[in-house]
This record gives sequence, C-alpha cells and structure tokens, in this order.
Amino acid sequence: MADHAHGQEHAHPTPGTYAKVAAILCIVTAVEVWVFYVDTLKFALVPILVVLSAVKFSLVAMFYMHLKFDHPVFTRLLLIGTLLAFGVFLWLLALFTYSHPILQQAA
Amino acid sequence: MSDATHAEHHHTSLDVDNRKLGMWLLIASECMLFGSLIVTYMIYRGQSVTGPQPAEVLDIPVTTVSTFVLLMSSFSIVLALAGIQRGDIAAFRRWILITALGGLTFLGFQAFEFTEFVHKGLGLTTNVFGGSFFMLTGTHGTHVAVGVIWLLSLYFSSLRGRLVEDGPLKVDTMALYWHFVDVIWIVIFTVVYLFVYV
Repeated sequence: MADHAHGQEHAHPTPGTYAKVAAILCIVTAVEVWVFYVDTLKFALVPILVVLSAVKFSLVAMFYMHLKFDHPVFTRLLLIGTLLAFGVFLWLLALFTYSHPILQQAA
Repeated sequence: MSDATHAEHHHTSLDVDNRKLGMWLLIASECMLFGSLIVTYMIYRGQSVTGPQPAEVLDIPVTTVSTFVLLMSSFSIVLALAGIQRGDIAAFRRWILITALGGLTFLGFQAFEFTEFVHKGLGLTTNVFGGSFFMLTGTHGTHVAVGVIWLLSLYFSSLRGRLVEDGPLKVDTMALYWHFVDVIWIVIFTVVYLFVYV
C-alpha cells in the first residue's frame, strides 16, 4: 500500500543534504546583505538581488518542498501559481505606472 | 475500514494524496494573493506625500536576523519531517518545537519592528507606504501565526498519540505551508527591504 500511495515519489533527501541546503541559504542571504552595502555594486543591485532571491526560492522549493523528488503535478501547480502571480504583477504594474491618472499627475 | 481502503479514499486519479494536492492548490492561489500585495507595495513605493519614507524607518540588520531565523525554521521542520518518517517521535517533537520557537521569534521581531515604526510616526493610515507595507508584512505575519498554531497542534497531537496514522503525511503537508511562508518572505525581504534605495 505504501508503494501505491507514494508511487510517483522518490526518497526524500537525507538530513545531511538538508543541512547543506540550509548552509547555502545562509551564505546567499549573507551575500545579499553584503551586496546591499557595497557602493560599487549599486548599479547592478536589482539584477543581482533578483538572481540571489531566485536561487533561494528554487533551493527551498526543490529540496525542502521536495519538488525535485515528488510527483510532477506539484511542480506544475507551483509554476502555474507563480506565473499567474507574475502576470498579475506585470499587469497591475503596467496599469498603475502608465495609465493611472493620479500617478501620472504626480509624475 | 481497513488501512488500505482508508488510504485509497485520500488518493486522486493522479496517484497523489488529495490533502497534499489541496495544500499545493492553496499555495498556488496564495502566490496570486501575495503577488498582488507585493505589486501594490511597489506601485505605491515612493508615492507618499508625507513621511516617514521607507529609508527612514526600515532596519536592514534587524530584519536580516529575523530572515535568518525563518530560513532556519524551514531547516528544522524538514528535520522534524525526517524524524517522523523514520519513526523517531522524540526527534520529531524536538524539531517541531524548535520550528514553532523560530516562528514565534520571527513574530517577535515583527512586533518589535511594527512598534518601532509606530513610535517613528508610521501607522497603517499615515501614508501609502505605511498602508501597503503593513498590509503586506501583516498578511505574511498572520500566515506565520497560523503556521505556529498548526505546528503546536501537531506537537500536542503527537503527545496524545494521534499522529500514528498518516503522521508523516500530516507533517509533510504542514511543512509545505511553512516553506511557502518562508519563500514568500525571501521575496518580501528582497523587494521591501533590500530594494529600499532603488
């Protein structure tokens, strides 16, 4: 029964793997804050922080949320949710940045 | 009802447990909720006519510590899950309590931050920054608080012996929610705090 219940799932990572991921998450967070305080990197602050955040997001999703090991339908659900959220994000940003009368007046 | 029949009742045609699938559907819908709140914050950032402005109140070092605490609570909950999966209930209880403590510490930092902001003159209705900031971080904090209550309920359920059947699945489902709260904070920390001068 257990095999049937988890037919599409592989074994979860070991505590050692979890610890390595935790260490990487801490290091990446430290790098994020370091980049924030370095004046010479200010010109590229946004792309650097976006990439570092994406790395942390992916590590948690793949290893801690077990998407790398679980049924692919869970990955699809997260991707659908994330893409829809990103769509809402871009649509609202465009709507309020380029067509909202109050913000246009303020600009 | 036999164990096999009981377990089959919780499985979908995809051969995944419907409770876990339900949690993933919740997470997908929550992505849109937080996406809307984050973009609202970004739209109104820099539009406040009166102060305080973000750069005057946001405390990066303090928030870095609370971020670290929340990240480590994601680590501790996977250790709790690993504990219950191998039948080590003592390890499960230890790590689930540490996770709840991490969540409570994060909420303590947030309460400290909100109090500091109010003392500096920033409330929910002070300006559009205050409104969008408190709405975003407050919604996230509420999710953390719900998670802490859920964690403690799992701990007390284990004390009463109610995590024998489907225990690992219940903890796995809760852990998914907790990790989602964590990844949302990863985005909030970057967009709200580290983009403060952008």
